[in-house]
Amino acid sequence: MENLARLVQDAARKLLEEKKVDLVIGFEKGSLPLRSTPCFVRKAEDAGKLTWNSSCENNLANYLRKKTEKVGVIAKGCDARSIVALIKENQINLDNLYIIGVPCGGMIDRKKIETILNGRELLASEEKDGWLILKGNGFEQAVRKEDVLHGSCATCRTGNPVLSDELLGEKVPEKEDDYSDVAAFEAKTVAERAAYFAEQMSKCIRCYACRNACPMCYCEECFVDCTAPQWIGKSASSSGDNLIFQAMRAFHTAGRCVDCGSCDRACPMGIDVRNLNRKLARDVKEIFGAEAGMNLEDKPALNEFKFDDPQTFLVKE
Amino acid sequence: MLISKNDLPVLLDRILGEYEVYAPVKEHGKVEFKKISSGTQVCLQYSNSQKPPKGILFPQSEKMFCYETVQDGVRVDEICDCSKKVIWGIRPCDAKSFTILDDAFKNEQYRDPYYYKRRENTVIVGFGCNRPGATCFCTSVNSGPFDTAGSDVFLTELEDKYYVEGITEKGKEFIARYQLPDGSPDTSRIKESAVVASKVNLDGLKEKLDVNFYDEIWDSLWEKCIGCAACTYLCPTCHCFDIVEEAEGGKGCRVRNWDACMFPLFTLHGSGHNPRPSGKERVRQRIMHKFKYFQDKFQQTACVGCGRCIKNCPVNLDIRILLDAIQQRESGEGC
Ligand code: SF4
Ligand code: SF4
Ligand code: SF4
Ligand code: SF4
Ligand code: SF4
Repeated sequence: MENLARLVQDAARKLLEEKKVDLVIGFEKGSLPLRSTPCFVRKAEDAGKLTWNSSCENNLANYLRKKTEKVGVIAKGCDARSIVALIKENQINLDNLYIIGVPCGGMIDRKKIETILNGRELLASEEKDGWLILKGNGFEQAVRKEDVLHGSCATCRTGNPVLSDELLGEKVPEKEDDYSDVAAFEAKTVAERAAYFAEQMSKCIRCYACRNACPMCYCEECFVDCTAPQWIGKSASSSGDNLIFQAMRAFHTAGRCVDCGSCDRACPMGIDVRNLNRKLARDVKEIFGAEAGMNLEDKPALNEFKFDDPQTFLVKE
Repeated sequence: MLISKNDLPVLLDRILGEYEVYAPVKEHGKVEFKKISSGTQVCLQYSNSQKPPKGILFPQSEKMFCYETVQDGVRVDEICDCSKKVIWGIRPCDAKSFTILDDAFKNEQYRDPYYYKRRENTVIVGFGCNRPGATCFCTSVNSGPFDTAGSDVFLTELEDKYYVEGITEKGKEFIARYQLPDGSPDTSRIKESAVVASKVNLDGLKEKLDVNFYDEIWDSLWEKCIGCAACTYLCPTCHCFDIVEEAEGGKGCRVRNWDACMFPLFTLHGSGHNPRPSGKERVRQRIMHKFKYFQDKFQQTACVGCGRCIKNCPVNLDIRILLDAIQQRESGEGC
């Protein structure tokens, strides 16, 4: 990890020195334990601020859309997939972009850590050979990193960036597709699933951090913000409306969502935001054989219509 | 006065006979202020609640009135929450936040009947912090872990009991009714050991903000902000709202919902013009409102140092670091 951080700094410094880019977007040390924070570096001498570790959780593709400068971006696997998906939607100009790819073994889920700590306050943490040492007032506890990875990282198959101008460090091992979590949820009864969603959505405060953290949610005017017509109720007190918000968002990102988990990580209320999106990602893959952001060549699922497209999501075939 | 920890549930049950009681309850690993139905639900072993208790007096969604078309016109039903409430065991930062909401909702130009009715009928029981959290910076904003501002009654945790002090007349009357055993223990040791480690230097900040509206520092401070409402909705002092109609057919309600200056829609004009077109202006507004405009108007800072915005920002944009960066900047630069 420390080694990767150094490689990230060197690569950024070089890009800025050679004036290949005006700006490098990466991560720097955050203000809390287990937090890194997005960082915008414009001078070669500031490249030393950059870091790389298992808390670089934000999806940096989110910052590339409106940039007019030439940008270098430190991209882990899911960032790279989002970038590819956004290039295909004409949101990012590849000519103005330099991708420094970093193979990613997964990011730590702070919510899992909170559960382990059960009210004890985390004051420091340390990462060592696949272990994470959690430290606080009067306690020190080691947990295995693989046990506290974010859900999307545990099942991620694209830790190695699918697109990059240079790749730092060593590739991580490839993984098999695993949608057993979706299958397990589908196996529940309708009543169980409805109860689960009602419980989750009752916690929603409509802060829209999930939407704003999602690289694919970039509409100038989101349907939830429309007032004429008003598509859904604006009150957070209705878990029904909260669910409609998430369900519509899932449909709007269907075939586009790269399952980066950024929405889930952003939610301050610990809501399982990813569940619906992942189900649709699985369906799009199974039914149409399409996966978002895997390469520059495949057409996005929503851009292709064939007369013999399966309709199983709509009617019995 | 004193109440032993073991007797607290019974006391709360007695209070429940007369009041709606809101208290910290642990659910799914998080503590929130909930309306309780029994004293045993309460969990006072907590640092602070995920959501601020402001929602008890200023709900996130609140029906203002409802209406229905009837044969000879329209019937309007006014809604008044006149119930008597107790908020039990809120932290000093959150108790103080009510003094800030008071300024916003009851001032010379405006008196908000919805907030104020609730406020008048509510007894606030503050609860000292023996172990302040790492993101708490209350001592930097004219408060502290045993500040009684905003509390009617104040609790200090001792080993096996709580020391109960009446602070306001309302609080003294309230607590007298429950005839608790007398006692005024020495709490100085507890207070001394409650150290708030995190500090923000606010000296001279207001003077800087008075003149740095056009400073280029704002060009970079906001860059990582994704413009959500985690920091404002979870802030105990933020008090902005939006009013919508929720109506179908011939009937409906006028509802007010929390709103946040971090959203583009917040200042979007009907003409399509937006005076705060990007995150830069919005982050500046949040800082200016809390540390300048509110001071100009009400002579107090609209931040109580609870640290919620720090813990919950999805991109770790830390208000302490923001304020520090403003302080570090030589005044006049780039103006
Ligand atoms: S919906 Fe969530 S998981 Fe999918 S691309 Fe957006 S942020 Fe990532
Ligand atoms: S981030 Fe969480 S609380 Fe905020 S709108 Fe999304 S689901 Fe709701
Ligand atoms: S600005 Fe942040 S620290 Fe200050 S009161 Fe609001 S949430 Fe708490
Ligand atoms: S900081 Fe923003 S949301 Fe909070 S009270 Fe001020 S204007 Fe309203
Ligand atoms: S500062 Fe953080 S919490 Fe606040 S709007 Fe920006 S991203 Fe959201």
